[in-house]
Amino acid sequence: MNLIVDIAFTHVRSRARQTVVAVAGVATGVGFSIMMAALMVGSQADFMRQLIDALPHIAVSDERRNPPRQPAESEFAAARIYGLTPEERRKGIKNPLATMASLEGWVPGAVAPSTKTQGIIRYAGRDVAVSITGIDPHREPRVSALPKHMRGATIAALYRATNAIILGDRLAEKLGARVGSNITVQTSEGVSIGAQVVGLFHSGVRSVDESSAYVLLKTAQILAKQTALINELRVRVNDPMAAGEVAQRIERQTGYKSVSWQEAHEDLLSSFVIRNIIMYTVVGAILLVASFGTYNIISTITHEKARDIAIMKSLGLSERTVRTIFVLEALIIGLAGALAGFVLGYLLCLALGSVEIKSPFMDSNRLPLAYAPLHYLIAGGVALVSSFAAGYAPARKAARVHPVDIIRGAT
Amino acid sequence: MTDARTVLIEARDVTRILPGIVPVTLVHDIDLAVREKEFVAITGPSGSGKSSLLYLLGLLDMPTSGEVLIRGQTTVSMAESERARTRLAELGFVFQFHFLLPEFSALGNVMLPMRALRSLSQTQMQERAAELLASFGLADHMHKRPDQMSGGQRQRVAVARALANDPPVVLADEPTGSLDSVSSEQVFQILRDLVDKHGKTVVAVTHDLELAARMDRRVHLVDGGIAQDQRVGAG
Repeated sequence: MNLIVDIAFTHVRSRARQTVVAVAGVATGVGFSIMMAALMVGSQADFMRQLIDALPHIAVSDERRNPPRQPAESEFAAARIYGLTPEERRKGIKNPLATMASLEGWVPGAVAPSTKTQGIIRYAGRDVAVSITGIDPHREPRVSALPKHMRGATIAALYRATNAIILGDRLAEKLGARVGSNITVQTSEGVSIGAQVVGLFHSGVRSVDESSAYVLLKTAQILAKQTALINELRVRVNDPMAAGEVAQRIERQTGYKSVSWQEAHEDLLSSFVIRNIIMYTVVGAILLVASFGTYNIISTITHEKARDIAIMKSLGLSERTVRTIFVLEALIIGLAGALAGFVLGYLLCLALGSVEIKSPFMDSNRLPLAYAPLHYLIAGGVALVSSFAAGYAPARKAARVHPVDIIRGAT
Repeated sequence: MTDARTVLIEARDVTRILPGIVPVTLVHDIDLAVREKEFVAITGPSGSGKSSLLYLLGLLDMPTSGEVLIRGQTTVSMAESERARTRLAELGFVFQFHFLLPEFSALGNVMLPMRALRSLSQTQMQERAAELLASFGLADHMHKRPDQMSGGQRQRVAVARALANDPPVVLADEPTGSLDSVSSEQVFQILRDLVDKHGKTVVAVTHDLELAARMDRRVHLVDGGIAQDQRVGAG
């Protein structure tokens, strides 16, 4: 074995207790930062998944970003027109089937039509304002997570009754309605129909669960009082992260306002940035504290070994060799700490993952954790670098020791 | 009286002053040439600068003025790594205390300078270290650590270590200073044999005038300067 490696290992071994403490310090740092990262990234991914599922990735509505220009709004030098009422535009996406067909040609994902309208649901003397979405149960599974969110029924249940309706579970709770209840739906168009509740869903997003209802397309069209109305196309893309670009392209192509889920949740996404800053700060602080332990042991060893350093230098070992020995000792501690930290971090993740949480505010009863090799790499890398930095200063000092000073002191 | 033997270490007008609020002059205006196969005793009262002179000759310390030459080459302008290398190959040190590394066996301690020099293969190093130890009557103690050996044994291991890279010069600082009379005699005999049988040069600091009297040349220091330089028996 190389002399430097041999001496370094011998020193670290002969200070077994201190070495164990230092290694444990680094391991704790690495382990807990891995756990923190797994928890933060895991919960973020879980939250993101819920967000992505709660809304269609892209909603193409019949609105436009900017209201169309009304000729009467323009000013003309020759005449001025007062008191004009803007022209009423016919609602809905024009030629929805052709638009869908052309989108399906290039969009990486699936497209489904829907009819959205606002209404009031009456049941047992209670009125609740809801947003009602008309869907095609055959196409719906391809674009939304609604089928997954159904409780006790499938969306095919919409075919089971005339004017069948699916309610959010919190909405049903508010109304006091159950599956099988006959409720009344009223819209601002003045339409009022009786409908039968055929199923409930639970998406996990409170605002959705307490104010949404799903019906068949044709029922929604009756409620909106416009035959064949399609006022929203919903798109699910294969890669949710690419939704923004696809939305822009759809908007350019069709001229209709296309809102990606990122745009709809802009505020929440920006809070993730802050979360990440917090996470990296905390993880960094943990590793920094751990590196103080390394600094401590390396300077202790160099103090205790001052005599040995003097001996080695008097024999003719160069400053560089001595420095390398002590830096290597720091790296040995760092490496051992990192490896032990990997194990600790993994075990902590397993332990956290097995904790069951019963909370009315959460859907899953397990903590969401992300197992990413990258976290291990980063934590291990930082541990090694900080060990090196922590060991370098005392090693340099040790190497500068003047052998004569020590030998004089000893005699 | 001219001496035809090669000069191995030479001090030219060497002065060493310890800097500080009150600067301390350790040695001053030293001119000394140590030749091949000499057995030199550096004597003097305590505080006369004997050890300081030895450290300067052994490149462990740097003179404040003047220069030290090894085989005619000045060492003042050498880089730290070069001086370390010169110590490794040309000089062997024995101190009053054995100064062995406590975690290594006798064999490991003797092999240390060889491993640092890296001129032999692993097996050659092991053989040479074992031979050296055996020649000092330590064949049975090769795998013992320093704390498992007696003072005399430890000092013999230290001498073996000083000889590891077969240097022409051995510098000893009170080599028998902390030993009983029997061990003392053993170690002195070893040094004597190094000069007589192996053609080494030995420079030893000692305050024991009786011991010094048995060496070939005596350099007597008083207050950091050479007061007397006496050759016995050689001529």
